[in-house]
Amino acid sequence: MAAEAARPDRRAERAAAKRRRDRRGIAIAAISTVVVLGGLVALVLTSPGWPDVRDTFFNATVFKESFPDVAEGFWLDIRIFIVVEILVLVLGLVVALIRATTLPALFPLRLLATVYADVFRGIPVVLLVYLVGFGVPALDPPEGLLTNQIVLGAAALTLSYGAYVSEVYRAGLRSVHPGQREAALAVGLTERQAMRHVVVPQAVRNVGPPLLNDFISLQKDVALIAIIGVTGEAFRIAQIQASTDFNYTPLLCAALLYLAVTIPLARLLDRWDRGRVR
Amino acid sequence: MIALEGVTKAFGEREVLKGIDLTVDEHQAVALIGASGSGKSTLLRCVDLLLGIDDGDIFLDGEVITDPSVDPIDVRRRLGFVFQAYNLFPHLNVIDNVTLGITRAHGLGRQEARDSARSMLARFGLEGREEESPSNLSGGQQQRVAIARAFATRPRAMLLDEVTSALDPELVGEVLRAVRDLKDEGVTMLIATHEMGFAREVADKVGFLHEGRLVEVGPPERVLEDPEDPNTQKFLRRLLEAGRA
Repeated sequence: MAAEAARPDRRAERAAAKRRRDRRGIAIAAISTVVVLGGLVALVLTSPGWPDVRDTFFNATVFKESFPDVAEGFWLDIRIFIVVEILVLVLGLVVALIRATTLPALFPLRLLATVYADVFRGIPVVLLVYLVGFGVPALDPPEGLLTNQIVLGAAALTLSYGAYVSEVYRAGLRSVHPGQREAALAVGLTERQAMRHVVVPQAVRNVGPPLLNDFISLQKDVALIAIIGVTGEAFRIAQIQASTDFNYTPLLCAALLYLAVTIPLARLLDRWDRGRVR
Repeated sequence: MIALEGVTKAFGEREVLKGIDLTVDEHQAVALIGASGSGKSTLLRCVDLLLGIDDGDIFLDGEVITDPSVDPIDVRRRLGFVFQAYNLFPHLNVIDNVTLGITRAHGLGRQEARDSARSMLARFGLEGREEESPSNLSGGQQQRVAIARAFATRPRAMLLDEVTSALDPELVGEVLRAVRDLKDEGVTMLIATHEMGFAREVADKVGFLHEGRLVEVGPPERVLEDPEDPNTQKFLRRLLEAGRA
C-alpha cells in the first residue's frame, strides 16, 4: 500500500533527477569547450609568429581581392568534378560487373578489369596525374583532346577513382543475399535480367554512403590537376596569386571554397547513414 | 507431371540426394517430410533447376528437363517456387514484386501485369497493400506476397520450400490457408514441410526423406500414422514428444 501511494512522487523525483543530470551535462560540455578551444586560440594568438601569419594568411584585403578569381577557378573545379564523377560511376560499375561475370568468353576482359583495379588503386593519385598529364603529351599526339591538360587531368582522376569505385560496387554486389538472385531466376528472369533488375539496384543502394565518401574525396583531389599546369583551376589561381606577393590568403580562399562543398556532402552522408540504420 | 528418376546430388563429397524416385501427378499435392538436412530443400531446388543434379533425370510433362540441351530459364518459367525466407525483392513495392516476373519473363504488358498482380494479391488477402514496401508487412503477409508472386506466372506446378518455417507461430495459419486455397483449385504442388497436420490434410501423398533417401512414400494416413520404415517411426515419435504432430 505504501509503495502504491509513493508512486506519483517517485515519478516526479526521477524526472527532477534526470533534469539535474542533463543540466550538469550541458554545463560540463560548455566549460570544457571554452577551455579547450579558448586554450587553442590563445596558444595561436600568443605565439611569436602570429602577427606575420595573420598578415600572410588571414589578410582581409587580399581575401576580398582574390576571392572572385579563386571562386571562378573553383567553378572549373566543380565542372570537372561533376564530369569525372559521372564517368567514374559508369566505369566503376562496368569494371565491377565484368569482374562478377563467370562467362568463359569474357575471361580476357575479366583479366583486364582485375589488373586495372589492382594497378590503378595502387598508384598514388598525384603520381597518376603526373604520368598521364606529362606522359601522354610526350607521345606527341596530334593537337586536340590528348594535349588538353584539363582532359588529361580528368582522365587520370577517372582512372584512379574508377578503380576505387569498382571495388565499392563489388562489395555492394557481394552484399546482396544470394537468395535474391535465386528468387529472380525462380520467377523466370535470365541471369542478366536478375542482375539488372534485382541485384544491381540493391547493390547500388547498399553502397550509397561509401560512394558518397569517394565523391568527397574526389572533389578535393580535383585540385591535383593544378600540378600539370591547368591554369584556370582554383588551387592553381590561388597559388599564382600567392606567389606574386608572398601572401597566402588566396590559398585560404580556395580551402574555404572546398569546405563549402565537402562539409555539406559529409553531413548529407551522415544523415543518409543514420536513415539506413533506422 | 513431375517425375524424378534416380536423382543424385552431391555438394563436394557430401551426397545430399541418393537416388530419389518420385512422381507428382497433375492436380496432386505431394508433401516431403524429414529432418532438417535430409535433402528436402535441395530436392525442390533441383526440380526448379536452381541446382544441377549429378545423376538421374527429372521430367516435367514428360520432357527431360535435366538434359544439358534444355534451357533452365524456360523450365523455371513453367514452375513457381516459394522460399522459406520469402526472398521478396526489398527494393520493390509489393505489386512490383509480383509484376517483375510476369512482365520481364512472361512478356505481359505493364497494365495487364498490374491488373493481374492486383487480383492475385487480393486473392491472398493483400488488397490495399500493393504500394507498400515488403518490410512493412508481417512475415505471414510477406510469404503470401511470395506465393502470389510465384502463382502469378501461371505455373504448371508450385514448389513450396518450408513456407511456414520462418514464421511466428500465430502467422502460420494464414499462409497454410493460402496453400490450401491453391490445393482446392487443383494446383499441382510439391511441398517440403514441417507441419505434419498440414501434410496430412492437404497432401495426396507423403514422402519421408532420410539422409538423402526417400525411405517411405504413400498416402498420408499410412505414412504418418502407420509408418513401416523404422526411421520414419523414430522421426514421428520425436515430433510427437515435442508436441508438433
